[in-house]
Amino acid sequence: MAVFHLNVNNKDLTVDVEPDTPLLWVLRDELNLTGTKYGCGIGECGACTVHFNGTAIRSCSVIVSAAEKGKIVTIEGLSVDGSHPVQQAWDEVDVPQCGYCQTGQIMTAAAFLKKTPKPTTEQIENAMQGNICRCGAYHRIKEAVKVASTKI
Amino acid sequence: MINMQNQTINKTSRRDFLKITSLTGGGLLIGFNFFGAETETPAAVSGTTGLAADLEFNSYLSIATDGTITIFSPNPELGQNIMTSFPMIVADELDADWNKVKVLQGPIDSKRFDRQITGGSGAIPHSWKRLRVAGATARYLLIAAAAKRWNVDASECTADNSFVIHSKTGKKLSFGELAEDASKITAPADVPLKDPKNFKLIGKAVRNVENKNIITGKPIFGSDLKRDGMVIAVIKRPPAFGSKIKSVDAAEAKAMPGVIDVVTFKNNVAVIGKSTWAAINAKDALKVEYEKDASSSESTADHNKRFNDMLNGDTATVRRKDGDVDTAFKNAAKVLKAEYQCPFLPHSPMEPMNFFADVKEDSVELIGPTQVPGSVVNSVARLLNMPADKVSLTITRLGGGFGRRLQTDYALEAAELSSIIKKPVKLIWTREDEITGGSYRPAVKYRFEAALDDKGNMIGYKLRGAGMGAGNSVRENNFPSGSVDNLLIESADYRSPITTGAWRAPITNFLAYAEQSFIDEVAVAAGKDPIQFRLDLIQKAKTSPAGKIGYDLDRMETVIKTVRDRAGWGTKKDVSQGFSVYYSHNSYVGQVCEVMMKDKKPQIQKMYVVADCGIVVNKGGAMQMVLGGVVDGLGHAMYSKLSFKDGAVQQDNFDNYRLIRMKEVPPIDVYFIDNGMDPTGLGEPALPPTGGAVANAIFKATGERMRSQPFIEESVFSNMA
Repeated sequence: MAVFHLNVNNKDLTVDVEPDTPLLWVLRDELNLTGTKYGCGIGECGACTVHFNGTAIRSCSVIVSAAEKGKIVTIEGLSVDGSHPVQQAWDEVDVPQCGYCQTGQIMTAAAFLKKTPKPTTEQIENAMQGNICRCGAYHRIKEAVKVASTKI
Repeated sequence: MINMQNQTINKTSRRDFLKITSLTGGGLLIGFNFFGAETETPAAVSGTTGLAADLEFNSYLSIATDGTITIFSPNPELGQNIMTSFPMIVADELDADWNKVKVLQGPIDSKRFDRQITGGSGAIPHSWKRLRVAGATARYLLIAAAAKRWNVDASECTADNSFVIHSKTGKKLSFGELAEDASKITAPADVPLKDPKNFKLIGKAVRNVENKNIITGKPIFGSDLKRDGMVIAVIKRPPAFGSKIKSVDAAEAKAMPGVIDVVTFKNNVAVIGKSTWAAINAKDALKVEYEKDASSSESTADHNKRFNDMLNGDTATVRRKDGDVDTAFKNAAKVLKAEYQCPFLPHSPMEPMNFFADVKEDSVELIGPTQVPGSVVNSVARLLNMPADKVSLTITRLGGGFGRRLQTDYALEAAELSSIIKKPVKLIWTREDEITGGSYRPAVKYRFEAALDDKGNMIGYKLRGAGMGAGNSVRENNFPSGSVDNLLIESADYRSPITTGAWRAPITNFLAYAEQSFIDEVAVAAGKDPIQFRLDLIQKAKTSPAGKIGYDLDRMETVIKTVRDRAGWGTKKDVSQGFSVYYSHNSYVGQVCEVMMKDKKPQIQKMYVVADCGIVVNKGGAMQMVLGGVVDGLGHAMYSKLSFKDGAVQQDNFDNYRLIRMKEVPPIDVYFIDNGMDPTGLGEPALPPTGGAVANAIFKATGERMRSQPFIEESVFSNMA
């Protein structure tokens, strides 16, 4: 076990975990930030997406020691009340089916739109290609990213 | 718990289906039985009133004095949007202000609920009338209470948006103000239901009531659960079907940080950890030796041989026989024969299997995602040799199901582990466990034969299904049965050690693709347009039916013609179109797929879908079920493959087992037939026809038949130079 200093959702925190622990499990098990989901553990599905210094990363594939020197934002920190434009668009377009992958989808979309505020459809598809939705809500996810881009 | 002394048992009838009482603290409470009336299951009715926990009814609708309307949704929610559609039906008949409706997941009680499951696309069709009556009865009572207070005739009053209005004077009272009075009025046995043309919510797109919890990442899924003193369990399972544990060396794993214990039970070795990562990590450090068990260690090549044995052997079960098939084939001008095959597939819900269990000396607490809460309670009770009423279960939202959570295995594992280590346990499956761990969609191979006369009429039809743990792999009373005079439908099954289970649209999810591809082949061989060929068959079944027909010919015909016209069938020069139609879960779905060649490979451009599921309750949720069903059908037909070597699955995660992603999804045009009929299923019916429409469009574009799933392995996608 070792102590690590993290900045999560604008709070400085310390956690005492094994150095090889993926950030995903630190967030979920140690910090109770369970909005970040486990889907595959190998960075293929995107359910565990969080922001690291503003970039969307797969928290299952980043070990805690590599996450120290940067600002981590999870779905719980994207907004306190669901008021982020991407979250609002997700509700307006009524995207969720089972809902399990959606926090990861939202985090990917939020980071993407920050860098590409007026995206083309092709850019949206490229950005979202790494996030699997097993319910097949892809049409509405794409639509919601477009709607969100008009709100940012 | 039900107090046996206060209880009278009634056969449920319309008359005692409702129970009106006062709500503790004021208000109107209506208990109503979701499922009992049709199944004649005894419903427990007692004088106990007040709190929900004491109510001897299966569910209730309540109106509090502040106007809040609460309705429990008893079925597990896995994305089919039942938590929104159920209350919509009640609220519409009630003329409630939708913004004042609060929805809660119903408590699990296997004694009170006799069909509290999510499966078979059955929730709305089963509950439609009950929910309407519940809403309409409450509305009737509220109007009666207002009429009494105003001393006017009830017929002069109407309800709207949670108010009762006296139209002559314009006086109005809110539901909340009337709830107390309404609770003291005796409800009639029959209340009039709305004319569907007056529905205000039903048929509209209403957003998912759980959206906010989902998009803000609230802990609503089973895997999010945390309890004081809870430990995490991860299980190492045999690497291959047909193997068993020979020896376990857990020394290294036990010495790892955060590991509490290693437990061997049945054919499993569980690591109990303080954290999920500690358990997952230590699982890799287990040294377990396996040996062959008594069953076979099968490879995909063995399965292919078995399929052929079943297709050529004489052990198949005859499911339906009409006319004289041998003579028809002997006299045929043309005979066609073709085979289609589908692999085993995992369900892959995004939330892997998990369950919480806290087994104590005389009680068990279970929490987690399941499609069958009653079965979980009963099977855990059996496993632990405990009365079922000592087992409680709290249902969480399911991160997808697709049939996987109709199995109780993972909940039993959690309960068994908790009983062994005497601690509250949350069991987590890894993605690898899910993909390699079985309970798959069965693998099936079909052989079709058709006999055509010299005018291109289908005078003979034969189908034999060869399944692996599929049971009956055919649907003998479905299309084209009834439209062919000489017909033989058979199935054979082989019980492999590879475990199988229901998978969204069981059987039809592969049968429809195979059948609709073959019908397309027959139409081409007969020199007929594939859609007209099907319409001719339906006409034949209408004018001179051959035997039993398990579906409605008119509804099927309407769906076919509507999708034909919407897609501009046969009028487009730049795309190749393929057609498919299928009946399942009492609904009808027709599809046209459009394919274009790009870089000499077929590329799906667009899908047209027409669905007849009767009255659409929630246009938004229904749209999701159709879009999702088509994407599901398209993705698995095109990309997903599971193969075996010596009993071991050769794929284990999303890097080598492919699911459909955003770029592979074409635009989909969806249209619902509006015929005012009572609602039928929609969680599954859009999936089955998809593979056939895609396969037939690819044929039109390339001249190649897609004889095996996944299509991506066919030569048109890989070898065309």
